[in-house]
Amino acid sequence: MDIRLDAISHHYGATEVLRNISLDIPAGEIVCLVGPSGCGKSTLLRFIGGLERPESGRVLQLGTPPEGSLNPLTFVFQDFALLPWRTVKGNISLVLEDHGIRGARAKAIIDDVLNRTRLADFADALPKQLSGGMKQRVAIARALAVNPAVMLMDEPLSALDAQTRELLLDDLVSLWTRQPFTAVYVTHNLAEAVRLGHTIVVLSRRPGRIREIVSIETPIDQRRAGDPVCQQKHDLLWELMREEARAADEELIDG
Amino acid sequence: MADAEGVKHRQGDSPIEVRFRGGGFAPRSRRWVGVAVFVVLIALIQWGTETGWISALTLPKPTDVLATFGQLWESGLLFKHLQPSLTRLVIGAALGASTGIAIGVLIGLFSYVRAGLVPLVAAIFPIPKIALLPLFVIWFGIDEGSKYALIAFGTFTPTVVATYGAVDNVDRSLIRMGQSFGLSWSSIVRKIVLPGAMPGILSGLRISLAIAIILLVAAEMLGAEYGIGAYILEAGSLYDLERLFAGVVILSLLGVLVSAIIGLIERRLLGWRI
Repeated sequence: MDIRLDAISHHYGATEVLRNISLDIPAGEIVCLVGPSGCGKSTLLRFIGGLERPESGRVLQLGTPPEGSLNPLTFVFQDFALLPWRTVKGNISLVLEDHGIRGARAKAIIDDVLNRTRLADFADALPKQLSGGMKQRVAIARALAVNPAVMLMDEPLSALDAQTRELLLDDLVSLWTRQPFTAVYVTHNLAEAVRLGHTIVVLSRRPGRIREIVSIETPIDQRRAGDPVCQQKHDLLWELMREEARAADEELIDG
Repeated sequence: MADAEGVKHRQGDSPIEVRFRGGGFAPRSRRWVGVAVFVVLIALIQWGTETGWISALTLPKPTDVLATFGQLWESGLLFKHLQPSLTRLVIGAALGASTGIAIGVLIGLFSYVRAGLVPLVAAIFPIPKIALLPLFVIWFGIDEGSKYALIAFGTFTPTVVATYGAVDNVDRSLIRMGQSFGLSWSSIVRKIVLPGAMPGILSGLRISLAIAIILLVAAEMLGAEYGIGAYILEAGSLYDLERLFAGVVILSLLGVLVSAIIGLIERRLLGWRI
């Protein structure tokens, strides 16, 4: 299933946040959205996931989601959004219960996704017992449990420290390599974008428009930190963004 | 850096240990201090009344209060008073708290209900419920009905306010998460909003149940032969301080008991909190 964004524009009150965004997200690829802070990249992601409605323009699903996809458009949030009163297992079963999946069927799915995210030993732990990195792995396991057609990742690693981020980045790469998924990955971290993105969409500062679409040919499981191609793309992206990031940083916040 | 070194050498002072200025502001469990405060206070009153430093009209002797309590126990009157009071308390508070939680959740969930009922609750809250007792007697009869109504009404308003505050405070990002996974509205309410509001609801109950105990005495002002409240009021009108205090102690113990029960529920239900 592909996603097509058709001429999306949006205002928050008097502030124009997004202007005329048109973009195709092909199945099986990771599209990274990068841009200076406040450029509307998270807003765009919420439009794609149907959590907010754009003022004009449409988000289209092309084709049908794969068989057995319980929730075709599935989010992974920056703050993990785990229910603190449910165990790891319970947090995953939460998203299955509404589809009438309980008992042995639920257990099979939960065991599978916990194995894929290396969490099998922590099924009965409460979120308060887990580190930030593990919490985010639970959130990823929960997203995998509903067999999404497109994963919508909103700065999933931004709340984590640098080492954990590096480890989780490797986890995401190996998850994708074993079973390629479609993802829209919002980040402000260019290193993450060049590690994970097949295409990297650079947004301008507010109002957000598409400034540049950069694709990286290197297969994502062969990218390493310090890889010359990646480094070159990283520098290119930074050149594109530097001035805007500075300007965005110096902008006064309205209201 | 080089300068700082220079200064240090010139002055030739011996090193001073950095003054500790952290710590504090972290309540810790000190179980026996509370008991000690009670013991010291009662011992002081006992000593004061024994020596005549506190006159018999000011405060009764704690030992006399204890003796009165003993008589109450032995004559079986204690349970004769306690049983109707506890029934009134349980039924009244259960009615008030459950409708309060229900209305509070509705206010938290629906904007129209909020717009319509929040001003009404704010108008009802400050009314001294005792003032309405004659009205309740007319509406619900002089028997148990008016007593249940008074206690229920008194627990209702604080429970409503605590509950909708608790629902408002549920982490919106969790609700957003529920929506993003396509959970139904009722699932979001049952599995995210209600458990998320539980800490606030329980701490609201602490207050409303204490108010229920306060109103117990008021409820037994009219048409009650037996009951802790009736007992206290009778003793009060006779200036029988020993019996008055024995009754007050029972109410206090009731309050401690209710608080302990809620603490127990909190530990069981809210173990997930950090």
